[in-house]
Amino acid sequence: MGQLVVLLPLFGAMLSMPVGRTFGPKASEYVTTGLMLIAAVLSWILFFDVAIGNNARTIELFTWIASGGFEANWAVRLDTMSAVMLVVVNSVSFLVHLYSMGYMKEYGEQSRFFAYLSLFTFAMLTLVTADNFLQLFFGWEGVGLASYLLIGFWFKKKSANDAAIKAFIVNRVGDFGFALGIMCIFYVFGSIEFDAVFEAVRNNAVVDPYGAVAAAPIRELQINFLDNDWHALTVIAVLLFIGAMGKSAQFLLHTWLPDAMEGPTPVSALIHAATMVTAGVFLVCRCSVIFEYAPSAAALVTIVGAVTAFFAATVGLLQDDIKRVVAYSTCSQLGYMFFAAGVGAYDAAMFHLFTHAFFKALLFLGSGAVIIAMHHEQDMKKMGGVKDILPLTHILMVIGTIGITGVGIPGFYLFGAPFGTAGFVSKDVIIEGAFAAGEVGRAFANFAFVMGLLAAVMTAFYSWRLIFLTFWGKSRAPESVRKHPHAVPDTMMAPLIPLALGAMAAGMAFYGDFVGKEKEAFWNGALYFSDAHHEETASTDHHKEDASHGAAEGDHGAAKEGGYEDSGHHVPAWVLWSPFIAMLAGSLTAAFHYLRGDPLRPGLLRPGGMIYAFLKNKWYFDELYDFILVKPALAIGRFLWIDGDGKTIDRVGPDGIAAVVAANAKRIVKLQSGYLYHYAFAMLIGIAVLVTFVLIRLGGG
Amino acid sequence: MIESFASQPWLTMVTFAPLVGALFIVAARLVAKKNADGVIEGEALTQLERSSKVIALGATLVTFAISLLVYSLFDPSLAGFQLVEEVAWIGGGVSYKMGVDGISILFVLLTTFIMPICILASWDSIKNRVADYMIAFLVLETLMIGVFCALDLFLFYVFFEGSLIPMFLIIGVWGSKGVKEFAGFQMSSKVYAALKFFLYTLVGSLLLLIAMAWMYATVGTTDIVALQQFDFPAGAQKWLWLAFFASFAVKMPMWPVHTWLPDAHVQAPTAGSVVLAAILLKMGGYGFLRFSLPMFPDASMDFSPLIFALSIVAIIYTSLVALAQEDMKKLIAYSSVAHMGFVTMGIFTGTKQGIEGGLFQMLSHGFISGALFLCVGVVYDRMHTREIAAYGGLVHRMPLYAFFFLFFTLGNVGLPGTSGFVGEILAMTGAFKVNSWIAFFAAFGVILSAAYALRLYRQVIYGDLTKEALMGIPDLNKRELFLLLAPLMFFALFLGFNPGPVLNVFAPSVDLLMDNMNAALGSAL
Repeated sequence: MGQLVVLLPLFGAMLSMPVGRTFGPKASEYVTTGLMLIAAVLSWILFFDVAIGNNARTIELFTWIASGGFEANWAVRLDTMSAVMLVVVNSVSFLVHLYSMGYMKEYGEQSRFFAYLSLFTFAMLTLVTADNFLQLFFGWEGVGLASYLLIGFWFKKKSANDAAIKAFIVNRVGDFGFALGIMCIFYVFGSIEFDAVFEAVRNNAVVDPYGAVAAAPIRELQINFLDNDWHALTVIAVLLFIGAMGKSAQFLLHTWLPDAMEGPTPVSALIHAATMVTAGVFLVCRCSVIFEYAPSAAALVTIVGAVTAFFAATVGLLQDDIKRVVAYSTCSQLGYMFFAAGVGAYDAAMFHLFTHAFFKALLFLGSGAVIIAMHHEQDMKKMGGVKDILPLTHILMVIGTIGITGVGIPGFYLFGAPFGTAGFVSKDVIIEGAFAAGEVGRAFANFAFVMGLLAAVMTAFYSWRLIFLTFWGKSRAPESVRKHPHAVPDTMMAPLIPLALGAMAAGMAFYGDFVGKEKEAFWNGALYFSDAHHEETASTDHHKEDASHGAAEGDHGAAKEGGYEDSGHHVPAWVLWSPFIAMLAGSLTAAFHYLRGDPLRPGLLRPGGMIYAFLKNKWYFDELYDFILVKPALAIGRFLWIDGDGKTIDRVGPDGIAAVVAANAKRIVKLQSGYLYHYAFAMLIGIAVLVTFVLIRLGGG
Repeated sequence: MIESFASQPWLTMVTFAPLVGALFIVAARLVAKKNADGVIEGEALTQLERSSKVIALGATLVTFAISLLVYSLFDPSLAGFQLVEEVAWIGGGVSYKMGVDGISILFVLLTTFIMPICILASWDSIKNRVADYMIAFLVLETLMIGVFCALDLFLFYVFFEGSLIPMFLIIGVWGSKGVKEFAGFQMSSKVYAALKFFLYTLVGSLLLLIAMAWMYATVGTTDIVALQQFDFPAGAQKWLWLAFFASFAVKMPMWPVHTWLPDAHVQAPTAGSVVLAAILLKMGGYGFLRFSLPMFPDASMDFSPLIFALSIVAIIYTSLVALAQEDMKKLIAYSSVAHMGFVTMGIFTGTKQGIEGGLFQMLSHGFISGALFLCVGVVYDRMHTREIAAYGGLVHRMPLYAFFFLFFTLGNVGLPGTSGFVGEILAMTGAFKVNSWIAFFAAFGVILSAAYALRLYRQVIYGDLTKEALMGIPDLNKRELFLLLAPLMFFALFLGFNPGPVLNVFAPSVDLLMDNMNAALGSAL
């Protein structure tokens, strides 16, 4: 069954085009979507079996690469981590397949589209069920390929092609780190299998890398990397994290994600919201044991995550393209997941990954319905009043917005879980987790806490701004669009219902398992819990470093108050309430601005101002990269070709020699093709004579 | 019975079977009807052309069949040379000696597999001197197989240098049109390319010849196995290594002696490019493994930093240059140089992963870049231009072509699941053990490869179909689809998911090589 869950989408991908050619596009839709339905049902069964029933196992298929100790198998590893991801990936993928049956009707080329969607799902599944780093990397690059194909799906458009290539190459920058990480793991551990590597770290096994001076326990091991001595686990963790940054569009490697919105909207929902972009979080959580013993790397994860959460939210404030708002929101939410992992709250990171899939897919698919109805318009400035046209979509989008901004009653527990929407529950766990980690001196945890709160204010603002600008107020759409909106088919609306349910209730329903009382039993060793770790290493020198960082960050506003206990979520009341207050502040500001008077009037940040331009231009990252990377690469390439190969190497090499020859014997000009035979024959004789001469001279014969 | 069957001179047969085919074509030419001036023309010429194509295809297929037989007789679990044949030849320690081990056997198979594809690729696109063309290819095949089977240095040299001649003719006679200013003269670009190819190789091979002579004088034999066991003094090793290096580095080609390759590729007919990329380039890497590492282990280790530096420069430099290309073939040629950088880097790490990765990369590059040149040939046959800017939006007219081109582009980029990935990751893993900087820069090249390969793909395949000339361009025909691209795709994909059958053949021989090297290095200390 494990193999089937992974392989069914692959069958779909392979069948889609041939079936479409023979029986028409409808047939490929039914085949791929049907296979996805089976896969989704099977993955829920597996979820209850593996995660709830604690029946973790690994199915080994066959050897992929084996060279010396460098061994990787094709495998389906089923543990709680992969079971959670299987459920997320297959469920959302199925719903997106279903939705696309309606969405793609107008665009045509369904067979190709569904083939790509299923191919993506397959790659994502191999990623999450890998039992070694190489298969993980296979899935990692595989989803990158599918993403490339789907972003560039409308290949006539220049912008779509540009975006596709950009996504692939920026991801490759991340993969550069990831690949080096894998090599480093092999170098240090002599294996790239998860079990071997994680066991070694857990037991602090003694390892003896190739060429090392002496064997050492893994947690203390120093290796030479790029001519410097580094703590081995830190190098590995940082390299892996660079990969995660690329795939999950974290700060500095985020530029591809907004452009990726060139792809059809279902793609944005599946790949660029619910699944692929969370692969980086998955990777960090999968390697939680490594990150736990690489505190500097974990601190880096915290910083990057926190900065991304903040940065993406600021950019999201001013976007007018409905999909880009949601895209930056995704980027920002991924930041939350990362800093949660960075402060050691891996369970909270995975929990947010899980709930985020519901409300973010919902928001994207809802936006898709709006875009269809508005005649493919994506600019929110030209919308308004859509709730009269799409009442159901409006309700669902509001649910999604409540889901992401986090509405609930702080401190009120129902059946052992906090009472609130999915985002309320999971985001609060993260923010509280960051605060708690800051209290015990985890590096940059307080910084993350503050950034998380600020981002929460902005999340609420831009999310409601989207609702107000799109659905509320007077319509700013042209007459023709307003009077004759495109119909949105039922197949598009149906998938939104389960997602909306998830956005409301997934947080409460799974709180206990993911982060609550049953978490140790639920994760069953698939995640590393820092609680145990802190007692264990309280006396090591890393702790000192943490403490000094903690002190430096202390004045960021997180004053230490009483009532805090180092387990669970008994944080001070103000911490408990702070995300809620942040959400209220953001929502009310949005309402204050967009619900009174002309919603398009300039707000606090006026067009023309520096901050406005800075945010509107996405902090100028695209311009910066173009200036320092893209243009120079092309220029250097040209230079090396013309001046390096042409003017230098050829001039002193063959052309130079030939010129000397030609100057002496002008007959070379006669070397037309007819004479080449003579020339070749002369060469043959020359070789023979030369060889014979040498042999005779040396007394061989 | 079985014993005697296995002890037939199978390697000789596989090597010379193509030559027999070439003789048949010569015979067909002799018996063809000639006019008063002794020229074959009209119906007789068409007849001759058709029969020489059929003979050539038949000969390459028979050769492939024999090579499969050879492979079935080969025991991949053994390390040393197998199917060894030895006949006294010139005497005095020079003999006709053939044999294969885990390192060479697969290159024999690669050659015999690629050649029928080359003949088929030329089926419609070669219009003049067809019989001569087929002869050239068959002779070339004999020489290439000989290179991988020869166990005598002298014999190796004859095959190795001999292969230069048919290739020289293939570029110079059947190359594309165009005129180039060279050394103050107007000459056709194909002749320029052929001469450049020749000049480079000549310099390298002269040094190789001198080194060979010295070795023969010192050891008294040219038997490769004996030479591998001979302990050359460290001082001499350096010079010998450099001489061999000069020859192999040109063949590879390594930076900075690579500039003949783009010209040769651009000018050569499609099948010529395929052979060049798929097999001829591999002779350099093979030479390093067969001679440099086992015979001069100390020098190899001493010079390995040089190799690493040149490999890294090749990977980064040529990838950047590839970014700037306007000619499809040139772009792929430059990417070949970059990919060969991974090979040399891997081989000289002296690690198991590195050597196996280098070997694997050579095989994989044979499939993938061979296929990419075929892809260029497909549109060149239709439009007679290789200019990237002349294309765009081909996917609208040629969806199948777009699919295959995408697959091989991704293979070139080294996407996991294609054979391109296996070689690269193994070579880099080997390099990481030696020095992380090397792996760092090599991995950087992997980013650049995505940039140039996807740029090419996008400009040729994607976008709107606006160019008038392309409106009627037909998609792949059955020959191109099933006989040329599909078999290559099969191997690139199969070995991408399951490289075991290849790696397992390499392993015993690579282990032996490493043991011998380590023993030699240990004794030198």
